[in-house]
Amino acid sequence: MMEQSVDIKVTTRPGKDAGRVVSVKKTSTVSSNKRIRRSFRQIRTENVFRRMLVIVALCMIVLVLGIMVTLAVQSTLSFKSAGFSYLWGKTWDPVRDVFGAYPFILGTLLTSFLALIISIPFSFAVAVFLGEYYPTGWLPNLLKNTVELIAAVPSVIYGFWGLAVLVPIVRSFETSIGVEPVGIGIFTSSLILAIMIIPYAASLGRSMIHMVPSNLKEAAYSLGATRWEVIRSVIFPYTKSGLFAGVLLSLGRALGETMAVTMVIGNTSLIPKSIFSPGNTMASVIANEFTEADHPVYLSALIELGLVLFLVTVVINMVGKRMVSSFTNE
Amino acid sequence: MKILKSIALSGLALAIAGAMSLTSCNGGGNTSKSDSTANASSGEENTILGAGATFPNPLYSKMFSEYNKLNGLKVNYQSIGSGGGIQQLTSKTVDFGASDAPLNGKQDSALSAPAVHIPITAGAVVITYNLPDVKDTLMLTPDLLAKIFLGKITKWNDPAIMAANKGAKLPATTIVISHRSDGSGTTNIFTTYLSKVSKDWESGPGKGSSINWPAGVGGKGNEGVAGYVKQTPGCIGYVELAYAMQNNMAFAKMQNKAGKFILPSIASITAAANIEIPADAKVSLTNTEAADGYPISGLTWILVYKEQKYNNRSLDKVTKMLKLVQWMIHDAQQYCAPLNYAPLSDKAVAVGDAQLKSITFDGKPVLQ
Repeated sequence: MMEQSVDIKVTTRPGKDAGRVVSVKKTSTVSSNKRIRRSFRQIRTENVFRRMLVIVALCMIVLVLGIMVTLAVQSTLSFKSAGFSYLWGKTWDPVRDVFGAYPFILGTLLTSFLALIISIPFSFAVAVFLGEYYPTGWLPNLLKNTVELIAAVPSVIYGFWGLAVLVPIVRSFETSIGVEPVGIGIFTSSLILAIMIIPYAASLGRSMIHMVPSNLKEAAYSLGATRWEVIRSVIFPYTKSGLFAGVLLSLGRALGETMAVTMVIGNTSLIPKSIFSPGNTMASVIANEFTEADHPVYLSALIELGLVLFLVTVVINMVGKRMVSSFTNE
Repeated sequence: MKILKSIALSGLALAIAGAMSLTSCNGGGNTSKSDSTANASSGEENTILGAGATFPNPLYSKMFSEYNKLNGLKVNYQSIGSGGGIQQLTSKTVDFGASDAPLNGKQDSALSAPAVHIPITAGAVVITYNLPDVKDTLMLTPDLLAKIFLGKITKWNDPAIMAANKGAKLPATTIVISHRSDGSGTTNIFTTYLSKVSKDWESGPGKGSSINWPAGVGGKGNEGVAGYVKQTPGCIGYVELAYAMQNNMAFAKMQNKAGKFILPSIASITAAANIEIPADAKVSLTNTEAADGYPISGLTWILVYKEQKYNNRSLDKVTKMLKLVQWMIHDAQQYCAPLNYAPLSDKAVAVGDAQLKSITFDGKPVLQ
């Protein structure tokens, strides 16, 4: 680990680091007593610092494991009463204590992946535009800041905007294609989610494209490649793991998004018949029903829903990591 | 060198700060809990902690601030929902809980000691709709309402609706149903009413603060339902009376048990509460017997333990709290109507008084 870090330092900022190594050697060889003592203190500081880092890093692991254990422990009551049928049970009836999470798992996956499909063209376009075509200038700067602003806007504002603006538009669209014009539903929430997750893939993609070595691109140009050909056969292959990581990041955001989705999805426990039907997601069910969950099994079932969401996120992340590493062959 | 060292030092400081905040977070859950228990029991003598229903929150805020001007007593009320209020009362982290529904059997048995219900005000759930062509107020019978929300009547020009609204221009459009998606006392009152008037509803979705809706879309909060109804022609939903009045929404006349079609208003809710109220005040006003009462009404209660000596509470504090509640059901009733809540009927006040006087401290009654 140590060697590695030195390696990187040498490659990135050779002048300064080399200077430092030399000066340390000097102090030890000149070796006035005071100097040595100070360097002992320095070593001790180094050790304390390193230990601190380890402790803080371990805290993160403990925290995440703690959350998982809490969720698991609190959901045992629900698990005992329903078992694994919780996952594919189609009824969610708090009055009769029948809890099946299938409609919500389906709703979560449908909205997230639909949002991903809608957002990818936009986020990749923004990434290529900013990373390759116009890296500087007032328009790219404006675009960059705007895209970043999208990520900074609180989700409840997207919810309001969706309800007030997007829902009527979707409703007239639904009327024109002849489905029941409700306006709210899975399709609308996917649209909102797509907008919300664009910045994640876009900004990661942009910095990845920035990092493509210019000699690679220049070599391609010198061989007579057009811009599109450079993007297709140099930039995309070089950055695909980064682009994919950005997509994964946005998927994570989409899976857990609560407020904006709650406001436009229609919140029904019925299984959606099409992408225009109202539905519900795991996160929004928890947000909706947690405050008034007035008996223990109900509360436990909601916590189990949280556990399922947690596990779904973990699994998707792990699959994504696997795919990233198989892409890059490292 | 110097710069590097200072960077290292500041990094160290950061790491320590991070570690400390992390550990304090870790322990945070426990300490804050015990803190608030301490507060509720012995901490600040002049602060009363309460938690519960969101529905009466505007009224309670008004009452508590007025009482603060009168007596200097501070009331910290967290409107976290009835279920949450009951849970906090069960764990004794608050002095009083507030709920839109009386304690059910399971909740009662979870309490370590018996609690009393004191009615504070009454509210109503109104049926709001979006029918631009209907000039007169829509009239609904209990049977119609249940069938609409069960998804059995799907068109506005259904013969059964036409029969109840002679002469009204009802469109041939689909009825879009909007209900609350979050668990709420409003839903509880509404579904309790439907369970009383419809066998199909009782054996189907049932009653509760959140239920398995057979049809329709859910909106979060009154504003969520109201938003759908306002936007969607042909939409029907239910919201609190206070919310509908403040937002000038159209709402339907409901046929009550006596067969009259009643427009929800403060007077008709107070009338609904003017029935025989049992001594424990646990009564549902839905489907009221009162001839002029609006049928989808409900009381909201403050819940306190019958025996107030627990967690080292002082008699002084208990007396202050009970005097506050006594004031709420007497003098403070004047604040109800301006905020679109219905004042208690005389019978309800009498029951509340009796309940308050039954509260003891170390076995002796607190209020004379």
